[in-house]
Amino acid sequence: MNPRTQFAQTAADLVEHDLSVALVYAEISGQFFGEVEARHPDRVINVGIREQLLVNVGAGLALTGLRPIVHTFGSFLVERAFEQVKLGFGHQDVGGVLVGAGGSFDIASAGRTHQVPGDVALMDTLPGVHIHAPSTSTEVDAIVRSAVARDGLHYVRVVGQTNTESYPSGGFHVVRRGSGATVVALGPMLDDVLAATAGLDVTVLYANTVRPFDARGLRAALTSPEVVLVEPWLAGTSAHVVADALSVVPHRLLSLGVGRHELRRYGTPTDHVAAHGLDPAGIRRSLDGFLAAAA
Amino acid sequence: MSEISRLMSLMTGDEKHSLAATSTLDVIRVLYERVLDVSPDGAGDARRDRFFLSKGHGPMAYYAVLADRGFFPESWLAEWGSFESPLGFHPDRNLVPGVEISSGSLGHGLPLAVGSALGLRAQGITSRVVVLVGDAELDEGSNHEALELAPALALDALTVVVVDNGSSSYAVPGRIEQRFAVQGWHAVTVDGRDHDALEKALSHRPIGQPNVVVADVESK
Repeated sequence: MNPRTQFAQTAADLVEHDLSVALVYAEISGQFFGEVEARHPDRVINVGIREQLLVNVGAGLALTGLRPIVHTFGSFLVERAFEQVKLGFGHQDVGGVLVGAGGSFDIASAGRTHQVPGDVALMDTLPGVHIHAPSTSTEVDAIVRSAVARDGLHYVRVVGQTNTESYPSGGFHVVRRGSGATVVALGPMLDDVLAATAGLDVTVLYANTVRPFDARGLRAALTSPEVVLVEPWLAGTSAHVVADALSVVPHRLLSLGVGRHELRRYGTPTDHVAAHGLDPAGIRRSLDGFLAAAA
Repeated sequence: MSEISRLMSLMTGDEKHSLAATSTLDVIRVLYERVLDVSPDGAGDARRDRFFLSKGHGPMAYYAVLADRGFFPESWLAEWGSFESPLGFHPDRNLVPGVEISSGSLGHGLPLAVGSALGLRAQGITSRVVVLVGDAELDEGSNHEALELAPALALDALTVVVVDNGSSSYAVPGRIEQRFAVQGWHAVTVDGRDHDALEKALSHRPIGQPNVVVADVESK
């Protein structure tokens, strides 16, 4: 099952079994929700193509004590309706689980309007927000369930790109231990990072929960000053949390991610991963240059 | 001088906020004194009625009424807007007892109220959600998303009161009531200074549809 279908199934199951959970959506993914909406029309609400309303209906539900899951494409959820996220949830100080589909370029052929490489950076401006980037269907299921069961505001980024292995949510997992640089793979970058670093004496860390950032886990894993951050959204989004984590540790940081320039290209997600240098060859190229500069 | 006027006089602020405050005064008084089931004792009761002040600027009348109803001491009023005061030029629900939503940015209260009305219905609670917006606030497109959905979902727990002091640029006479009516709202326009007319209009709860009360006050 792909991650988006898994999200829909998990959300429907939560609505089915927990009277305090509501699901709000804006047409998108409606093909998955027909059955649960027919069974629970009071707690599964399609607002139509109205994203400002989508987010504030979620917040309004939360004001009455329900736990809302709010869903559409990430571009419309957190960029179009960002003030609603900031004020409806953040400033009111109510919780909810925002689930954005599409990520940086799942829908590459739809162009810039449906691509949201800046979502994590934008959500990161909100105090106390939890940001998750599950990278297998198993992780999607676990993270959505855990976010709904907890308090606070959570943003879950559900994308088509996946890793092979599933890991529990939370802090860093040491996937490979070496004596050289530490390569930090966030979300669905892990498989490409492992391929890019094959045969290198480096440590590879993985996390699918990226905020709060596991500063202690990063410090504990460090064996050399070189840190390479690989994230599937805007390059440098997590550079500031790495800098904070290593404020008293001499280090050099290479931040890889989606470039700021607009490509104006269509094609497939794979095309875009390569165009931003996030395929194994591209990551390796950047890594070699960075490590050579240290020598 | 009435008690509310005395309380309002304890607050000082810039002229713009003072004028805006008075436009909402009678509506808020009627809601708290005659219509809504809200009190400091029932502030945590899930079955309380909710009042959302969406037009958050000019909250002096709101603060005066809340103080008068005992939600917080009147000694808070004099220092409003200062760094140490919980009372800002826009209210914060996390700082002020009795305040249901934090507002200030226009066009958020009505969409939030749609969500809360849905939340109450899903929990089998028949309480009301009354949201106050300004006529110029309806310039914000976000209201129109909410305005369309509420009657489609037969949200009869929801009441909008539009305080119309002729603030909107590009206003068209009669537009506000018609906009709501054409979407399926029960819509009436009353004198926003007439307490009996406001009470009657705000107490009316049509079955199966939300209602709007346009409260006309003198143009600013």
